Amino acid sequence: MKQTALHAVHAALGAKLIEFGGWSMPVQYGPILDEAQCVRSSAGLFDLGHMGRVHVSGPDTLRFLDKVCTNFVAKIPVGAIRYSLFCRADGNPIDDLLVYREKDSVYLVINAGNTAVDLAWLREQARGFAVTIDDQTERTGMLALQGQRAHEVLQTLVTGLDLATIGYYKFGFGTVCGLPNTRLSRTGYTGEDGFEIYLDNADCVRVWNAVLEAGRAAGVRPIGLGARDILRLEAGMPLYGHEIDATHNPIEAGLEFGISFKDEKGDWIGRSALAAVKAAPRQRLIGLVTDGPRVPRQGHKLFAGAQEVGYVCSGAPSPTLGVNIASAYVALAHAQPGAQLEIDFKGKRQPCQLRDLPFFSRTRK
Amino acid sequence: MRPNDRRYTQTHEWVKPDGETMLIGITDFAVRELSNGNEDDLVYCDLPEAGRVLTAGETFGEIESVKAVSDLNAPVAGEVVETNVNIEEHLEVLAKDPWNAGWMIRLRPERKSLDGLMSAEEYEKFVAAGGH
Repeated sequence: MKQTALHAVHAALGAKLIEFGGWSMPVQYGPILDEAQCVRSSAGLFDLGHMGRVHVSGPDTLRFLDKVCTNFVAKIPVGAIRYSLFCRADGNPIDDLLVYREKDSVYLVINAGNTAVDLAWLREQARGFAVTIDDQTERTGMLALQGQRAHEVLQTLVTGLDLATIGYYKFGFGTVCGLPNTRLSRTGYTGEDGFEIYLDNADCVRVWNAVLEAGRAAGVRPIGLGARDILRLEAGMPLYGHEIDATHNPIEAGLEFGISFKDEKGDWIGRSALAAVKAAPRQRLIGLVTDGPRVPRQGHKLFAGAQEVGYVCSGAPSPTLGVNIASAYVALAHAQPGAQLEIDFKGKRQPCQLRDLPFFSRTRK
Repeated sequence: MRPNDRRYTQTHEWVKPDGETMLIGITDFAVRELSNGNEDDLVYCDLPEAGRVLTAGETFGEIESVKAVSDLNAPVAGEVVETNVNIEEHLEVLAKDPWNAGWMIRLRPERKSLDGLMSAEEYEKFVAAGGH
């Protein structure tokens, strides 16, 4: 199993470590729900060293990426970030990612569990294009500080860059803990305001400790993948392997904001298949809440009376809403917010109510 | 050392003779695996109705934490005569006292024998080896 540069730090903090995407990662340092609440009320620090970081450069960079990405990469302003997907010809995703548009190159952040598959596929698709694909994952690290206090806490460690000048889904470079030219971005996977910090492996422990120290009075704590999963579900954000995968297309998942059908983009892998889904979707991803005691989990079936009408993708107790929540695919005829359905727990039914996604977001109004 | 007045399964249940009946619960190891030492991470426990007849090894319920669901398996065959409804609302009891107050079901066993289940000493070794 691979380890991030912060592995020993997590162990020393008493984290419970699990395998995730081929990496040994902290799932929690303390109670998962407390960690989720910490991010909602103050801010939390995440080790995202496991996520894939890939730099693409060369004269054909934009043309190449506009063939493999669903979003219109050439139209992304320099310094901006967009959500995108890599799809197969059948329109189903290989992965979802963030695309950082630099002046003459592009930086991609991809999922840990898909990094190897993505890279092999990108290199295959890159034949005939003048591009260099540089996988920086194992020599670099990545931290995220998420929550309302993130901005003020991180600013105390940054010089030469006013973080207020970095808008949401933008990035820049500044000096962090004395490290010049450090990439800083403002995205997130929690529904909160927050920042990502990109570092060489050798600097990760020092910056991690500095952020925790700078945030101590504000209540900043390290947060594991368990709380991260709850926070992203509350924020209505997809997780590959749950809301999207090789059999779940991004149109029905509500991710059309990451897909461009503009003619100027030219043809791209999956375009015609996704255009067909867009013209005739069969189901949609929707939220549900349940007052009952049981937590919906991936694969639980949804019923309207005797009729099976959908299934759960992700579920969790929501500390923010105070009820159990889930994302689910529901047949279009039944996918109305407010509709009452039942979840099947091995033969026992529990009522639930459909809701629009997201359940919570401070960044999406 | 864990209590030696009972026997243990490889799926971390215990069964303790109590007069004509037997009490069944889960071990401290099972609780810790589910909750990582955080009792608030336990969210739900589903226990059977009294009167249900179980075979040895049959799943009689589920216990759920924030991140995972685990089956509860009957160490021996018998009829459920009582369930500890108290723990369904108060899962913290399981974390505090899995051995006594945290019992889950009372069974009228088909037979008295607990042969084939682990002693406390054997369970201790099983857990020390990883518990899987």
